[in-house]
Amino acid sequence: MNKQLGVYICSGCSLGEALDLDRLALVATRERKVPICRTHSFLCGEEGLTQIRSDLADGSVNTVVVAACSPRAKTASFDFGPASLVERVNLREQVAWSHAARDEDTQMLAEDCLRMGIARAEKMEPLEPLAEAISRTVLVVGGGVAGIHAALDGANAGYEVILVEKEAELGGFVGGLKRVFPVHPPYTSAETAGLGEKIQALKSHPLVTVFCSAEVLRIDGQPGMFDVALRQGQNQATVRAGAIVMATGWKPYDPAKLDLPGCDLPDVMTNVQVEKAAAAGVMLRPSDGKPVRSVLFVLCAGSRDPNHLSYCSTVCCTAALKQAEYFREQHSDVQIFIVYRDMVTPGFYERYYEKLQSHPLNFFLKGEVQKLERNGDGKIVATLRGSLLGEDEPLNLAVDLVVLATGMVPNSADNNAIQTLRDAQKKLERKESEAQVAEAQKTIGLLERHANTEILNLGYRQGPDLPVLQNGFPNSHFVCFPYETQRTGIYAAGAVRAPMDSVLAAEDAGGAMMKAIQCVEMAVQGQAVHPRAGDLSYPIFALQRCTQCKRCTVECPFGAIDEDEKGTPRFNPYRCRRCGICMGACPERIISFKNYSVDMIASMTKAIEVPDETEDKPRILIFACENDAYPALDQAGMNRRTYDASVRVIPLRCLGSMNIVWIADALSRGIDGVMLMGCKFGDDYQCHFIRGSELASRRLENVKDTLERLQLESGRIELVQLAIDECDRVPQVIDDFVARIRELGPNPYKGF
Amino acid sequence: MPSPESSSRERAPILVVGGGITGLTCAIEAAEAGNPVVLIEKSAYLGGHVAAFHRYFPKLCPPPCGLEINTRRLHNNPKIEILTLAELESLSGSPGNYQAVVRTAPRFVKESCTLCGACTAVCPTQVPDLFNCGIGKKKAIHRPYPMAFPLQFRIDRSACPQGCRLCADACKFGAIDLDQRPAKKTLRVASVVLATGWEPYDAGKIDNLGFGRFPHVVTNVMLERMAAPDGPTGGRILRPSDGKPPRSVAFVQCAGSRDRNHLPYCSGVCCTASLKQATYIREQYPEATITVFYIDLRTPGHLEDFAAKTVAANQLELIKGKAGKVEQDTETGNLLVTAEDVLKGRKSTREYDLVVLAVGMVPQSSGLPINLLIDEFGFVSSGPPGVYASGCVKRPAEVAASIRDATGAALKAMRNRTNGAGHE
Repeated sequence: MNKQLGVYICSGCSLGEALDLDRLALVATRERKVPICRTHSFLCGEEGLTQIRSDLADGSVNTVVVAACSPRAKTASFDFGPASLVERVNLREQVAWSHAARDEDTQMLAEDCLRMGIARAEKMEPLEPLAEAISRTVLVVGGGVAGIHAALDGANAGYEVILVEKEAELGGFVGGLKRVFPVHPPYTSAETAGLGEKIQALKSHPLVTVFCSAEVLRIDGQPGMFDVALRQGQNQATVRAGAIVMATGWKPYDPAKLDLPGCDLPDVMTNVQVEKAAAAGVMLRPSDGKPVRSVLFVLCAGSRDPNHLSYCSTVCCTAALKQAEYFREQHSDVQIFIVYRDMVTPGFYERYYEKLQSHPLNFFLKGEVQKLERNGDGKIVATLRGSLLGEDEPLNLAVDLVVLATGMVPNSADNNAIQTLRDAQKKLERKESEAQVAEAQKTIGLLERHANTEILNLGYRQGPDLPVLQNGFPNSHFVCFPYETQRTGIYAAGAVRAPMDSVLAAEDAGGAMMKAIQCVEMAVQGQAVHPRAGDLSYPIFALQRCTQCKRCTVECPFGAIDEDEKGTPRFNPYRCRRCGICMGACPERIISFKNYSVDMIASMTKAIEVPDETEDKPRILIFACENDAYPALDQAGMNRRTYDASVRVIPLRCLGSMNIVWIADALSRGIDGVMLMGCKFGDDYQCHFIRGSELASRRLENVKDTLERLQLESGRIELVQLAIDECDRVPQVIDDFVARIRELGPNPYKGF
Repeated sequence: MPSPESSSRERAPILVVGGGITGLTCAIEAAEAGNPVVLIEKSAYLGGHVAAFHRYFPKLCPPPCGLEINTRRLHNNPKIEILTLAELESLSGSPGNYQAVVRTAPRFVKESCTLCGACTAVCPTQVPDLFNCGIGKKKAIHRPYPMAFPLQFRIDRSACPQGCRLCADACKFGAIDLDQRPAKKTLRVASVVLATGWEPYDAGKIDNLGFGRFPHVVTNVMLERMAAPDGPTGGRILRPSDGKPPRSVAFVQCAGSRDRNHLPYCSGVCCTASLKQATYIREQYPEATITVFYIDLRTPGHLEDFAAKTVAANQLELIKGKAGKVEQDTETGNLLVTAEDVLKGRKSTREYDLVVLAVGMVPQSSGLPINLLIDEFGFVSSGPPGVYASGCVKRPAEVAASIRDATGAALKAMRNRTNGAGHE
């Protein structure tokens, strides 16, 4: 593209008072030879915008540099459509509002910001959106309550759905239930599930194809064009889908694993077995077929126990209430003992709990069941401790039947474990060295139980399934974005994502289907999905210079890059979330976006004027995450908090897109210090690209070698973890760093 | 296998009522799937209660982080029209063809506002800062909170002196229009999502807990602002009346919830919220005594992991027992909490510097001009065809659950379509 830059400087919002804008304009016109440079006192007003539009319309400008407020303000005003490139230079929040007015250092900062903005604008290229044929069909894996609702919601909104269920019938666990929890006012009676109607609606829906007794053999491709190989009995078929909802449900925790003595006695049932018996008809004692006159429920049988399931399975307390009613329907005088740690009956289930509490033959005991034994009468004696009945004396209760409220285990596949196992198996095959063989054998021993547990069988370099997070659930890590997964276009729904009851699973399924539909609709437009929703840019790989180092294929948090046999990356753009982590990882700098590249940021760095060492004007470069650190800097300016004017801020899509060559370049040009501002990492990471700031911090380890080679102090580079609400802290963080850099003295490479 | 006709048909807008996290999510999710949306919010900003939270559980991360992403999603999406200070006045018609009359109150500040702040500098009068639960005051012309969206100031005219035009004269951009009047707009929409959310239960109604009478009894909603760096105390948690740092804090759970005389349901979020808030206290006061009086600790799902970790790491004292009474020592202003320790089988009275009432959620369903099935507590059980309730107006829910529900509601709303619908 033949660049025609226009620089538009705003003098409003006190910019004119704080800065010498005539001198600033000379940076554009004299230094950078920009043909058009205009100043307006109210650039975002109609007159200012009209001027820019008319310059664009008559062809004198095709790339606009707006030197005014933060790009986070007036975004719509300065959007001149997809054909016009726009670069925003943040003179307001991060210059005029956060630094002394009419000050030499502030003026120098403004001029550098404009130089950087022009440098960036010169390197920007127009975007060419992805435009491949996209399938709008959604594949749903799993035909339980979540899968059924997902499929029906999707089809009702006009989308074709393919549903794959491994059993012969749809319905899953909920399909076999006598009743489900109360959902209608007054919330005091369990209700019939009504799943049969949904199944009928699904089967007769023209947009739905159901494959029962079927499994997914393999899924290749990417959002918009997944090729799904299915097997149903002897038949195999390949279907195309645009996105996937994984609704594979849960299984009960294995009661044999419990530490409770006597839990294997014949008259000890699990809550799942009770459901089946209740649905089948009469519930009798398994050992002798006699009626059940007294029942003891052991809640948290495995749940909320770090040795078993550390989480709360959420449904067991309410399920016990429901099952107590099943027993009472058979015999109105049955005695029910419910032994709990906390009765977790949130929301309206509290009403149901209250109703059950009011029955004189229902006893709720806070305590722990320590053992179960069979006595001479054939009853089970449960020994309880810590109940409300006194601290020291254990309580013994003899009952006909004990029900273990075992918890929910997700039907998921541990992607990372499977991939590690596969890698170890490959290593073993290659038999490279004894040490490697031994290590591989050790890994295989540890992870063998994950063999053949694949569910989706994705043909991804990073493994066959969704990565799991907490406790084996492929849930999201984000409170605000609970459907986010690390595999674009694949969304978990229902109890496989988190423990939940059937009401929530049905709703959850709708949300997951919505995300799947949204993913295909955005793919049709060539747009990225969350968090860079709407972004049309994507990385381009100059493969002729690739050295097959595999860093990009390993570090991509979304598994977007596969490899051929030689290890050359094979990029799948529709899986990509456009964070640029691959660009940051690449030592050969072959990965670039049209509007974001190693070269572009390097040019911005080069555009900074570095005063010589006699001037006592250090220059510090800050790479700031644009989602958190950059808004915090803006907000500091909004609050008119001031900080040292020797810093030059470059926003990055994610700190993980930071290429260390930028640091080496900056230091070799005499920049005195580099600060990286990224999101918190670790277990509670806040990076919306999963590992960006963590990867940046690892890359910094490598920079230390560069520093040594250059004989520079390691204190010249620092990474800070900064949250978006830390606008009060950020000025101090900057000033402290600048003070430390001043103490180190000027970078000896100045002037080289 | 693609079904081209599924999107070639024109999608009519969805009306989303309520711009809290549920409505905001619903609007953005639907718009990103290609469906136009009109989002109306009765206050001057989007984000609702979430915007006032200091941190989310279980990650203890700041809500503005997610709101920032959502703001960018709004900026990038031309399919969403946002009306703040707007309420639904009437709804008629049928699915695919509803007519909604929306009434907007004047903001007195136009979109041309640049947030430069010249107006606030000259504004002579102050109003109670409702964003901070009424703790402290702010200028009558203000940005509702520091990162509020839309990016415009607004004027609360209730305190403006007669004939005062100082702000309008100070604005160099002509962004202030003191003559703005309430307006009405009729929209044609295909479906409606009600996301009107919740308000905290009025703690003053719980006589025995002393809220409103004793200054150092605060609610969990107030504590969020007291802990927030952009709150009235710059994030320092201090006793409201004397500004002293608290040495002992009691969290009183089920303040209103699970109580036949108040809210007979469980609000579902308060247990985890109090544990989260205990970390705020611990962060600032490593030596403070922190007690949680509870009936059952309800931290379902993965929140249990958070609860276990938080209790262990913050030296929290958990007492199973409902606090029956809070009294004040008139000399010190300290509070005497009487509660039964159910496990130990004894009643005791203990002294605290600060008491936090974990007040529950009250659904905001009254006054909606729609024929809804509403339960005895005010939650919306169902609406007419094409009208879907979502989030806390339907059921007490935490943030993540509200967002999931909002996402699913967006899809349900997308099934109602007409041709050529739009503004009238």
